[in-house]
Amino acid sequence: MKKKFFICFAALAATVLVVVVSAWPREQFVASASKAATAPTPDNIARGAYLALAGNCMGCHTARGGPAYAGGRAMATPFGALYVPNITPDRATGIGAWSADDFWRALHNGKSRDGRLLYPAFPYTNYTTVTRADADALYAFLHNLPAVRQANTPHALRFPYNQQAALAGWRLLYFKPGVFAPNRAESLVWNRGAYLVEGLGHCSACHSSRNAAGAVAAGLGGGLIPTSGWYAPSLESDAEAGLGSWAVPHIVQLLKTGVSPRSTVSGPMAEVVARSLQHMSETDLAAMASYLKSLPPTSAETDEKAKATGPHIDQVLAHGKQLYAAHCLDCHGADGRGLAPAYPALAGNRAVTMKQSVNAVRIVLNGGFAPGTAGNPRPYGMPPYSHLMNDAEVAAVVTYVRASWGNGAPPVNASEVNRYRSTPLD
Amino acid sequence: MFLLALLPRLTSPMLALAFACAALPAFGADRPAVLPDTMAQRVIACTSCHAKNQGADAFFPRISGKPAGYLYNQLINFRDGRRQSPLMTYMVEHLPDAYLREIAEHFSNQHLEPPPVQPTSVSQAVLERGKLLVTRGDKAIGVPACVACHGERLTGVAPAIPGLAGLPRDYVNAQFGAWKNNTRRARAPDCMADIASRLSLDDVAAISHWIGARALPADPAPAAAAAITRPLPLACGSAPEPSR
Repeated sequence: MKKKFFICFAALAATVLVVVVSAWPREQFVASASKAATAPTPDNIARGAYLALAGNCMGCHTARGGPAYAGGRAMATPFGALYVPNITPDRATGIGAWSADDFWRALHNGKSRDGRLLYPAFPYTNYTTVTRADADALYAFLHNLPAVRQANTPHALRFPYNQQAALAGWRLLYFKPGVFAPNRAESLVWNRGAYLVEGLGHCSACHSSRNAAGAVAAGLGGGLIPTSGWYAPSLESDAEAGLGSWAVPHIVQLLKTGVSPRSTVSGPMAEVVARSLQHMSETDLAAMASYLKSLPPTSAETDEKAKATGPHIDQVLAHGKQLYAAHCLDCHGADGRGLAPAYPALAGNRAVTMKQSVNAVRIVLNGGFAPGTAGNPRPYGMPPYSHLMNDAEVAAVVTYVRASWGNGAPPVNASEVNRYRSTPLD
Repeated sequence: MFLLALLPRLTSPMLALAFACAALPAFGADRPAVLPDTMAQRVIACTSCHAKNQGADAFFPRISGKPAGYLYNQLINFRDGRRQSPLMTYMVEHLPDAYLREIAEHFSNQHLEPPPVQPTSVSQAVLERGKLLVTRGDKAIGVPACVACHGERLTGVAPAIPGLAGLPRDYVNAQFGAWKNNTRRARAPDCMADIASRLSLDDVAAISHWIGARALPADPAPAAAAAITRPLPLACGSAPEPSR
């Protein structure tokens, strides 16, 4: 019996070892074009600075109020907290001692200079498609930043997520390094857009669902952002944020300024516009728009709740209508058509009508400003209502808005509102 | 939709009444035809909490009429995490500095009705202690008089020292608590954090009761910068000494 147990255990251990070993050397190397590619020339630095904005590197690698790129921001994940590292060129605490090849390995293979596997909260599953030339420009830019001495905080992940072996297994399942492969059947513009959206832009980090292991699903089908509680709508579905019917200039305007005649960004997308997209060239934004418009549309799910009717719903709608008149009508109008771009239309607004009601609920609870951008430097704002309305009232007004002026979305109940009332904003 | 569902149940007089009500502007004005290009319209997200004439509200402090430099510093402190209010941070996080300054200027030029004086039931001794700390300070514990920086009338001093007159008691207590717990900070050197660390809770209560029980002066405008003696008793990162 003891022997049998031992054999079983040995076989299991051997299997684990084989899996880990086969996962470990999962990497790929592409050499730099020349020494000049990573040299701190003004041209390389400027190109790198632009790419760093396109990837919003600073967004994660800077703590609130802390020095730029010096890390320290805690990133909550369902597996524990990750602390984003210092990527300034400080030799002791940053990446000052890293070579351009080391940097490439991190971006492309998800491995640190010392060989440690990196956690995919650093979206190397996207960044792996970044070209060596772009990685070199980023390296030149980062190495030209002021060095900040700020020691990294160790991650606070729970067992077993804090084990490198677990990460190796994860990589075996969900990560394969590979450079961007252009689609020859598509235009240069489309390919540029695909390169930016899938790579540095790492749009799928939010606009896609994650499985129990935290791995991102293929495509941009939308997903609830873990821990932040916002829903990043599908960029494929016409019922959510699919862009098939949008004109390219409107998409560019939304990404560049945060507002457009058809929609306004809010929540985490406001950060993406403010810190990243507004700094991108209109050519690149148009390329991204062209790629996003071409995503194959998925059909909206039908929801049984949508058909909910009856005296109870009528009461909720009547209550919601009263609240709307008292709080919302001054800006959004009795016809729900708003006054775009400051006050978005609610009639036909997909952020209101999509199946996931969380964003609409949170916007009513928290209000907020559109991001201040060069193209919209003095945005208008919406008041928060969390202190004015209780859960049932928020549910009633959102239910009313979701069911009026041709909108046909299902009701929202008070317990859903209650859940998002306590979701942290930061 | 719900009206249609109810129709069969309505008798004709009720129906007439319902239509009469529907025809009235029952709930106030609809949205404007053209968007007003004014600061007041832009900042309704702020005024829904901060500009109510509801007297002393400890949650949403009075910001109208405060020095613009002070208001701007607070907006930046919320943005950069030196002050903790998730909703405020969320509001200002992606607004450019120039716009935050404009918002601060806007509210510094607003004037609300003075808040009511807060009745207090604490003993005369406590109020005397409060008055002493506010008007003269206490050398023994290293605490300067509030008026030395916040102005003789406690209405603040331009450009960046806030007024204390008219602040609700609970708000003052909460701020001292935040300084003591390091959840409210300012640009270093953080003079108020230093002062808070030297005050006992009894002293904090004495100060908040004395301030809360006093009416806002008829002219609530902040004093001119020259009204206070420089250098300040303690160095303040938010109100630095003018460069020579």
